[in-house]
Amino acid sequence: MLVLDRVGKTYPNGVRALDGIDLKVSPGEVVAVVGGSGCGKSTLLRAICGLDTPSQGRVLLDGETITSPHEKIGIVFQEARLLPWLSIAENVGFGLESWPRAEREQRVATALDRVGLGDKAGVWPRELSGGQAQRAAIARALVPRPEVLLLDEPFSALDAFTRADLQDHLLDLWSENRPTLILVTHDVDEAIVLADRILVMRPRPGRIYEEIAADLPRPRDRQSASFDHVKRRVLAALDRSMQRERRVDEGETRSEAGAGLWW
Amino acid sequence: MTSTAEPAAVQPRKSKAGLGRFVRWGLGLLLPLVVAVGWEAAVRLHWSDGRLVPPPSVIVATFMALAKTGELQRHVLVTTGRVAVGFGLGVIAGTMVGALAGYSSLTRRLIDPTMQALRAIPSIAWVPLFVLWFGIFEGSKITLIAVGVFFPVYLGVMGAVLSVDRKIVEVGRAFRLSGFQMVRRILLPAVLPHYVIALRSGLGLGWMFVVAAELLGASEGLGYLLVDGQQLGKPSQIVAAIVAFAIIGKITDWIIVLMSAPFLRWEDRAPGSMEA
Ligand SMILES: Nc1ncnc2c1ncn2[C@@H]1O[C@H](COP(=O)(O)OP(=O)(O)O)[C@@H](O)[C@H]1O
Ligand SMILES: [Mg+2]
Repeated sequence: MLVLDRVGKTYPNGVRALDGIDLKVSPGEVVAVVGGSGCGKSTLLRAICGLDTPSQGRVLLDGETITSPHEKIGIVFQEARLLPWLSIAENVGFGLESWPRAEREQRVATALDRVGLGDKAGVWPRELSGGQAQRAAIARALVPRPEVLLLDEPFSALDAFTRADLQDHLLDLWSENRPTLILVTHDVDEAIVLADRILVMRPRPGRIYEEIAADLPRPRDRQSASFDHVKRRVLAALDRSMQRERRVDEGETRSEAGAGLWW
Repeated sequence: MTSTAEPAAVQPRKSKAGLGRFVRWGLGLLLPLVVAVGWEAAVRLHWSDGRLVPPPSVIVATFMALAKTGELQRHVLVTTGRVAVGFGLGVIAGTMVGALAGYSSLTRRLIDPTMQALRAIPSIAWVPLFVLWFGIFEGSKITLIAVGVFFPVYLGVMGAVLSVDRKIVEVGRAFRLSGFQMVRRILLPAVLPHYVIALRSGLGLGWMFVVAAELLGASEGLGYLLVDGQQLGKPSQIVAAIVAFAIIGKITDWIIVLMSAPFLRWEDRAPGSMEA
């Protein structure tokens, strides 16, 4: 069980990127996080995986406080971030260096096959397309079998066709060991295709604005009425979260103008 | 260069590519060959006496004569030894200081301005001081070479460490690499291409400064052959020494390239740019 207990993050420059985030995610659950840009989604993932430490509150995985990167938590970034000097197989096996060679190669080969890169094992990263590189990055994160996999807009740099393909790959990989998935995305359809639960965030300070259940049967049919229903709810929540932001903005500008008059 | 379906087509294309490379090599050799043959002919036909600019045959003869007595080998060895020691010291110092300055911004702020100021001084200007400090024999020569090597290596290493992609370092952090593993698995491979370039330019300067050091006073070494040839009016000896410099300079550069090549296969570079 992953628990966020009143997590807040204030950057040294004073930006309150997160404030009072409470969240419980059960094992194997898929959670999507949506929200306008700058509302703290990346900050949230970085706090969960221990790349950044929260300023307030704490992140607990199975009762253990996460303060630095943890072997049970994997992360995939928006860019594949493969190491250019390692072959694809070596990249995918990056987290298994302490393993016996045979076992490592076995597991890497299986993972490469699963993401459809079986024939690319010996190739350099620069020879892969964007979609292939991102599949390798997902395989790299999954090969150590994390309990929690975080994905920060993993498909946003890809074209729509590749994106749908990678969503399928991700679900396929997920169904193998069923890690907890937390997926940040800009794409509402993607959130509904993949997630059991959708969190809508709003900015300044970054908070969870609304939580929407998307417990549709899998595999999900984008054309179904229930899909459409959830989609409308998410879009409406996003809209409200933005309006709220706008109102906050107006309030701020007004008080600034007021301060100007006072002077 | 798209692949064709027929495997038979692969073989001839390969040999054609090899031929293409041969032709490119040959093109580069054309100019010096024409000049050499032309000059040889000019001297043979008595259009010129070739006293000040000896023809290739005389240079080769001088080269052979020097080699036969073992004199050439002795001078080459002495010069190469000086470069090797100076290069080694310069590389060690440049690498350590450069890595430190790249790694910690505090160190960089502390030392980089001084380094840049020192770099602006023409290194030859140090010679009198080095002679006072380290004597007129090996000490001052090796120090001069080491100083020449130091700066390109320092700059190259500092720049390389500074330019390591933070995003890739973060991958290392996400996989919980220790400090040592981070250096071995992320930083070293990321820095290596720049480092090789820094070593090569350092070595080039090393050869430049050994000439300077030996011209300024030496009883052995290729630089001594240059001075000796000048004083005794033997231009063929001077040219022979210059040719020797060119050959071992190129060979030592190749050694660096060849030793680093297995580690740099991943680099995205146009084919053929290595032999520049
Ligand atoms: N390293 C940082 N230092 C200072 N401010 C930051 C840093 N990273 C992000 N921020 C700020 O925190 C807020 C949230 O950023 P982020 O989590 O990247 O948002 P999102 O991923 O939702 O687009 C933004 O206002 C951003 O400018
Ligand atoms: Mg982001």
